[in-house]
Amino acid sequence: MSPKIWVHAEIFDGTVSEVSLELLTKARELAPVLGGAAIEATLLGSAIESEAARLAGYGASRVYAADASELEMYSPRPYALALSYLAALHKPDIYLFGATSTGSSLGPAVAARLKTGMAAHCVDLRINGDKKLAALVPSFGGRVIGEILCPGSSPQMASVKPGIFKASEAAAGRVTVERVPPEAWADANPKGSLKPLAIVKHPPRGMPIAEAQVIVCAGSGIGGEENWRLIERLAESLGGAAACTRPVLDEGWCEEGRMIGTSGRSVRPKLYIGFGVSGATHHVCGMNEAGVIINVNRDEATPIFEVSDISVEADVNAILPRLYEALRR
Amino acid sequence: MAYRVAVCVKPVPDPNYYGHVGIDPVKKTITRAGVPNIFNPADKNALEAALRLREPGSGYAAAISMSPPEGAEILREALAMGADEAYLLCDRAFAGADTLATSYALCQGLRKIESEKGLPFDFIFCGAESADGATAQVSSQLGEWFGYPQLWNVFSLEERGGVFMLKTKLENGCMEWEAKPPMVLGVARELNKPRFISAMGVVKSRKKPLVTWGRSDLPGADDGYLGLAGSPTKAGDIFTPDIRREGRRLSGSPDEIVAGMLSVIRASGAAAGV
Repeated sequence: MSPKIWVHAEIFDGTVSEVSLELLTKARELAPVLGGAAIEATLLGSAIESEAARLAGYGASRVYAADASELEMYSPRPYALALSYLAALHKPDIYLFGATSTGSSLGPAVAARLKTGMAAHCVDLRINGDKKLAALVPSFGGRVIGEILCPGSSPQMASVKPGIFKASEAAAGRVTVERVPPEAWADANPKGSLKPLAIVKHPPRGMPIAEAQVIVCAGSGIGGEENWRLIERLAESLGGAAACTRPVLDEGWCEEGRMIGTSGRSVRPKLYIGFGVSGATHHVCGMNEAGVIINVNRDEATPIFEVSDISVEADVNAILPRLYEALRR
Repeated sequence: MAYRVAVCVKPVPDPNYYGHVGIDPVKKTITRAGVPNIFNPADKNALEAALRLREPGSGYAAAISMSPPEGAEILREALAMGADEAYLLCDRAFAGADTLATSYALCQGLRKIESEKGLPFDFIFCGAESADGATAQVSSQLGEWFGYPQLWNVFSLEERGGVFMLKTKLENGCMEWEAKPPMVLGVARELNKPRFISAMGVVKSRKKPLVTWGRSDLPGADDGYLGLAGSPTKAGDIFTPDIRREGRRLSGSPDEIVAGMLSVIRASGAAAGV
């Protein structure tokens, strides 16, 4: 029997999340190394039929779809029951999840039910010489990268943050859609109760940082809120997005989706301009893939200069307003 | 309502010292000499949530940690913050645990507390993630070992007559839930502001029990799920990524610097119309 790589296709707002397509694309790269592994997906939700075809467009040859009104919104218990039921039945060798707010909880719950291992928030996935999954995982805020293996149990599970891999469409292929019966998520021994009530969307103000070609980032040395507002305007005038580090987020000037780092978003813009960024490893881990990196910091010895193409040793207040004015002209 | 609440806590290396973390090139192990431990930040929010649930009624709050002996320090802190009892799961047999084996040992320890007290916990809290490994997997897996509903990244928790209204974080928004205990919750740092430790809290904590349990104190546990042997994930190669860039300095007057930056911005081709 040929090996199988599974991807859990996460539904958000009725459509498959981008990260799931990124994982299918990566699975297509890993499959030949495993001797032509089959790429298959799991899909849970309500009225999701059309999404199975979309998964085929990214390389899935088989989709296990559980389509039921009670699965419309994510709920940890029935979702983990359904996915562990499927994995126990069909025995995939590798099972990948997006490290999203739901995937980061659902994946490990499925792993616990299957008594197998899961590598969290991987920055790369490889197949090693033993034909096993080697998941590269950052720790200590990205200071150290470690290989996590799951040699003795299966599936070998891993989660990957959105934006690490790039999604690309596959040549059109045939897809088999298999319906999952309701007993897959029936809870034989329910305890407590948990009911999803609603999904509340907060549309982001300004351009999301994941999509931006230019990112202007504020760090702990930014000064007051008026400078943060200037960062936002500067980003806008460059056609880009404003971002921040943890200390700036803690000031409450912007939403969490703007934080770059291991506990925030990973970005790879063409251009990154940082103001007052100190270069803490957990931030650097999320931005070191940027094309060109410029940093302004008045501390000559700041670690951020070590990972910058252009270093400007100067006061933020001397540069930021002037740069903004120069761009307005 | 007097709730019985457990909170799982973990000592972690202080993130302000991550610059001191390296790799022994020969032994291929992580070196962290001189890096002090702190109370994992999100676990303090978990403890705060536990204390608030317990306080209005009488209730009971237990703190538990699976860690080396120095984990006793943060358990003492937990007692000083207001936990009633603390339990340290400490044994070589527990060492080298990944998240599955960690959550299993915590489940076994919590079950033992429940059987000694004769009453189950209503809530089990964890921080959503630890500052060091940041796998964020333990609370979800603990929920599965208990067979309880679990939620991760909880940033709002309100009681309305025995029913709990919760909110969890989503990428661009949030999700709202209605729940009844028992349940396991991984809490986000936005949930609350942990209280400071008072002098009175420290004095009171000296009379509170801090119990250490080893492998033999958990006779019902299965060695197949404990420690290194019970961990399906194994660590392979480790390395420190080289991300340094051959940088160049821009100097001069502020206007000269800005002019230099503008030419770099234009050359990058990233900003349209600049």
